Amino acid sequence: MPTKIEKDALTGRETTGHEWDGLKELNTPLPSWWLYTFYATIAFSVLWMILYPALPLPGATGLTGWTARGALSGELEAARARTEPMMARLRAATPEQIAADPELRAFALAGGRIAFANHCAACHGAGGQGARGGYPNLADDDWLWGGDLAAIHATIRHGIRNQDSEEARMSIMPRFLADGTLTMAQIHDVAEYVLSLSGRATQPAMAARGEGIYAENCASCHGERGEGNQEIGAPRLNDRIWLHGSDRAAIAAYIANPVLGVMPAFGQRLDPAVVNMLTVYVHALGGGR
Amino acid sequence: MAAMAAGTALRELRYVEGPIRAFAIATVFWGVVGFLMGVVIAAQLAWPLLNLDLEWTTFGRLRPVHTSAVIFAFGGNALFCTSLYVVQRTCRARLFGGEEMGWFLFWGYQLVIVTAALGYVLGVTQGKEYAEPEWYVDLWLTVVWVFYLVAFGGTILRREEPHIYVANWFYLAFIITVAMLHIGNNLALPIGDGLAKSYGLAAGVQDAMIQWWYGHNAVGFFLTAGFLGMMYYFIPKQAERPVYSYRLSIVHFWALIFLYIWAGPHHLHYTALPDWAQTLGMVFSIMLWMPSWGGMINGIMTLSGAWDKLRTNPGLRFSVTAVGFYGMSTFEGPVMSIKAVNALSHYTDWTVGHVHSGAMGWVGFVTFGALYWLVPVLWRKKGLYSERLVSWHFWIATLGIVLYITAMWVSGIMQGLMWRAYDELGFLQYSFIETVAAMHPYYVIRFLGGVLYLSGALIMVYNLWKTVTEVPRVEEAAVPARAVPAAAQ
Repeated sequence: MPTKIEKDALTGRETTGHEWDGLKELNTPLPSWWLYTFYATIAFSVLWMILYPALPLPGATGLTGWTARGALSGELEAARARTEPMMARLRAATPEQIAADPELRAFALAGGRIAFANHCAACHGAGGQGARGGYPNLADDDWLWGGDLAAIHATIRHGIRNQDSEEARMSIMPRFLADGTLTMAQIHDVAEYVLSLSGRATQPAMAARGEGIYAENCASCHGERGEGNQEIGAPRLNDRIWLHGSDRAAIAAYIANPVLGVMPAFGQRLDPAVVNMLTVYVHALGGGR
Repeated sequence: MAAMAAGTALRELRYVEGPIRAFAIATVFWGVVGFLMGVVIAAQLAWPLLNLDLEWTTFGRLRPVHTSAVIFAFGGNALFCTSLYVVQRTCRARLFGGEEMGWFLFWGYQLVIVTAALGYVLGVTQGKEYAEPEWYVDLWLTVVWVFYLVAFGGTILRREEPHIYVANWFYLAFIITVAMLHIGNNLALPIGDGLAKSYGLAAGVQDAMIQWWYGHNAVGFFLTAGFLGMMYYFIPKQAERPVYSYRLSIVHFWALIFLYIWAGPHHLHYTALPDWAQTLGMVFSIMLWMPSWGGMINGIMTLSGAWDKLRTNPGLRFSVTAVGFYGMSTFEGPVMSIKAVNALSHYTDWTVGHVHSGAMGWVGFVTFGALYWLVPVLWRKKGLYSERLVSWHFWIATLGIVLYITAMWVSGIMQGLMWRAYDELGFLQYSFIETVAAMHPYYVIRFLGGVLYLSGALIMVYNLWKTVTEVPRVEEAAVPARAVPAAAQ
């Protein structure tokens, strides 16, 4: 088809003379600001490729010598250098010494706060308040494995019932129903007796039947009066703080088939200074002994 | 004779239109599905309880349903619809392969969408973002796509116009490049697990690089080049003005096509990807700025002399606002590709906001503009049922986008700053979970933005439905469509 160049009445520009389905196009030149900005981005890019690594050759870094690895290790080194003097002191001190030194203690509480938020809060809650499903409250003074600085330190460092550490806190409560030790009726009786230890029993006959069962099966770990034993992580049963539910059904279910809590050995994941900071921080949450 | 007199009308009637009408309906249908899924997963992020604790309804499974529904189902059907319409008109040639080809492409592509979406919900995925479908869907899509290329290319080859219109360059670049990307990124071996599981041929950082070569150019060629083709037909049509600059269209087309394909590494800044590849990803993204803006200039300046039409034609308002959003996100993209900026923006909601200003503002709006023009034409209607409702759609959707992207800018930048904040003793200021909690209000605002955008789309559904069912038809030419023998081509 012959092309027919026209003059656009509105802009005074000529068309290219092509037409498709009624569509035409003007022969407007490239906007100069557009063209020069395009050239500028190309010039910038060439310059950038001279300054920074842009060739797939080993050791080709560009004039600045910048590398991502170099930049990262530089930043990490700078961050480390900033905190290292204090961290070295934290590493060398015991939790008791840190707690006694106002300067170290302030530093440990600041670092412990963020370390707790990143490593502990997922299970124990942002404020250490614990969570349903067997995650203990760390902000009260009821402790499973001891609440003084040394005990908290050992628990954080070695964890509980894990394969990571030889010194992990270990103890196992038998599965009284699954192992065939007790019948379900006996378990309900002993659960009622356990309720009576904190004055909450409502079925005296059941509790009376459960007393003997308790003495025979439970007292060796949990104590004759349910006072617990922090040496072996056996919880106190004569208070009103419960990890797995406080009514008879929940207690009976636990006796029948216990759900044993686990915790990683953070000593193998974190700097000893961070473990010390966490110890002091957790101790200060409200329940430290 | 009479046949001679009806020659123009005859020619008009030879165009394949049935499948194109079907693609238009599918565009609207999948658009609503995609926007609805977006609203659902936005609500899940704000209120995690809505995951319902069922594996099929968790965010992880519904998120690809949303992304695929809007990109490939809504966007893909819009591209099929408009490209097959435009190529016939601007080439003055009937679709190569005729009605049968059109219907094969339509049903073939819908099958891809449905099998892909079913796989996502059931947990069948190859875990590659925007390329989640497993190998059997990939193979079928390849078949459909090759036929698409044959149909489109065949129509161009037998055109009766001496030149190929600019819209067709962009559509063709989109079809060819997407074929290459799709095959390149999906090379995989089906292995075990009832043949529903495959593993990619590449591993590690090579796999990541191929994935983002694909992922970035899914944006570059599917969501940019294809929709620029749409813009180059429908804006001049609606404005009834010539395209602003033929020269600019040539230069920005080739610059865009050449540069886009190298920009993918900017998705992998500060990763195991070698430094030199990251540098190249950044500089190619920066050089892309002006080629992208070439399309914006051509779209907006085509209105010179016809600005008053923005007041009277709300459909055109969609198309032109789309070009504005296109310009904004193609400036934001190069900025975010700069490594120092990326160090802050990467992995934050800023990226999510960026992609949505492009997806909702550019892809969505340019499609709405095209639909409002095309539906009355395809159904031979005198016009739209209601121009007022188009205006309502426009303002509600625009407000939705503004809420969405501003919420994501604030939340993304806040998130990036919180991650890198240190206290005076050198400890991190915030834990990760504190940054999540801080984003909650912005997630609610984002959800509201999505609700508005979806509401606008529902107004469009009503309006287009009424247009098809209630607006009187345009007087038909003397020769009915059926009277044209298919053999006459």
